[in-house]
Amino acid sequence: MSNVPEQLRYRDSHEWIDPTQSPSPAGITDHAQAELTDVVFVDPPKVGTQVSAGQQVCVIESVKAASDIYAPVAGEIVAINEALTGDPGLLNRDPYSGGWIFKINPSNPAEFEALMDAAAYGKHIA
Amino acid sequence: MERIRGAANDIASLIFAQNAVRIDKVPALHNMRAVSDPAPLRRTPLHAVHVEMGARMVPFAGWDMPVQYTGIVDEHKAVRQSVGVFDISHMGQFIVSGPGAEAFLNRVLTNNITKLQPGQGQYTLLLNGLGGVIDDLIAYRTSEREFYLVVNASRIDADWAHLETQLNKDDQVMMANASDFTAGLAIQGPKAREVAAAVFGNGTSFPEHNTILVTMTDNGPMWLCGTGYTGEEGFEFFMPMESAEGWFRKIVDAVKAAGGMPCGLGARDTLRLEMGYPLNGNDLSEGRTPLQAGLGFFVDLDKGDFTGREALVAQKAAGLPDKLAAFRMTGAAPPPRPHYPVAFDGLIIGEVCSGTQSPSLGAGIGMAYVPLSAATIGSTLEIEIRGRRFPAEVVKKPFYRKPAV
Repeated sequence: MSNVPEQLRYRDSHEWIDPTQSPSPAGITDHAQAELTDVVFVDPPKVGTQVSAGQQVCVIESVKAASDIYAPVAGEIVAINEALTGDPGLLNRDPYSGGWIFKINPSNPAEFEALMDAAAYGKHIA
Repeated sequence: MERIRGAANDIASLIFAQNAVRIDKVPALHNMRAVSDPAPLRRTPLHAVHVEMGARMVPFAGWDMPVQYTGIVDEHKAVRQSVGVFDISHMGQFIVSGPGAEAFLNRVLTNNITKLQPGQGQYTLLLNGLGGVIDDLIAYRTSEREFYLVVNASRIDADWAHLETQLNKDDQVMMANASDFTAGLAIQGPKAREVAAAVFGNGTSFPEHNTILVTMTDNGPMWLCGTGYTGEEGFEFFMPMESAEGWFRKIVDAVKAAGGMPCGLGARDTLRLEMGYPLNGNDLSEGRTPLQAGLGFFVDLDKGDFTGREALVAQKAAGLPDKLAAFRMTGAAPPPRPHYPVAFDGLIIGEVCSGTQSPSLGAGIGMAYVPLSAATIGSTLEIEIRGRRFPAEVVKKPFYRKPAV
């Protein structure tokens, strides 16, 4: 069973974001990392980029394929996880904490409401 | 695996791809069909067992095949370090027999088949009249007058049609296409012998490299071929379809007992690419000759005439226009993938044919046709990935060599 933490919000394309923190860290879900397996490269967004909700912001590569990652909410990318450059496998081992991909300063916190909560996402992947 | 597109997919589409028929992966033979009516994917006799074992199924060469069970890297490492078993039931088998079989095959295949004693096999190529590669295959001599050909799944129909056009009425040759009745398993890895002994009993001899053992059982014939597509010791085991599930379950148990696991086509692709083995459709095509693909060793221009020979002789005299070069990414870079543009001296000169992240080397590796000036070992190429260029070095094949024991 995939881990779906209660405090996070989710996109149907399997990204998570933490609305309880500011700026909000975001990444891919445990379910997504299990499906992708073997992440070998993360092509992160540039710090300072303004993104809109649903915009493609970065690519992660597994042995199998390259996958687009979308911004869960609009805002500015204020940090990227440098640890993933040397150790992309962090995404597989620790998708919700050590494996965060970028932090976003949301321009419209109301957008969190449009995302799925843990119960809805749990149903989505069931 | 055959043609992962240059652009990234979103995760959702990857996750659900297993249930979708991807038009771009339907083999060329079926391209005449309307796009709205893709050929249905075929299933091997082990399909339900793969699903039961948790495999992720993907379309490959018109078949619904397991791409992985647990993960490509784990499965890859199992084959390098212990043993893995692959379903290769999609592959094709032709039996060519009769007093004229040897002469016929020597006339249509590039390698010299007269060198084979009964029980021996060789890698060889089937060419069109222009020297282009229709297929690469392994031909075994099962007796003085009978040969067993193992061909690529995606090329079964094209190979068969070509062989028929090459056959003359007075050739005294009988051809049988056993592909639809034959299942196949590849057992690969340093512990393949251990698995064979556990499954077939210690008394059964192991098919040494490039040999074939044909055994009659209550369930029909079994063909044990000393070959593989991984660079490890191992064998490919062909059998009547009805007996496949029983054998597969037995072999999976023996493989697990030896510390290995069932493996999907994902690991098969990374394993073969680490060895620099070409994949037909990616690295071989009817538009290029085996000389361009670096397979001249398997072409005997002195054995007498064969289909495509004249074109090869002419190309050799004129000089090759390009050559399949092996490259390795030199810094941190996304894995190179098929169809990514390849640049040399600042100019785009071609595209990646096969490319992946090598699990053994922890680096991106691939192959691409490039002009001879760019193909020298040590020369620098650039692979364009999502608009950015990353350096790569032309290296000698194989990419991966077994550490000395």
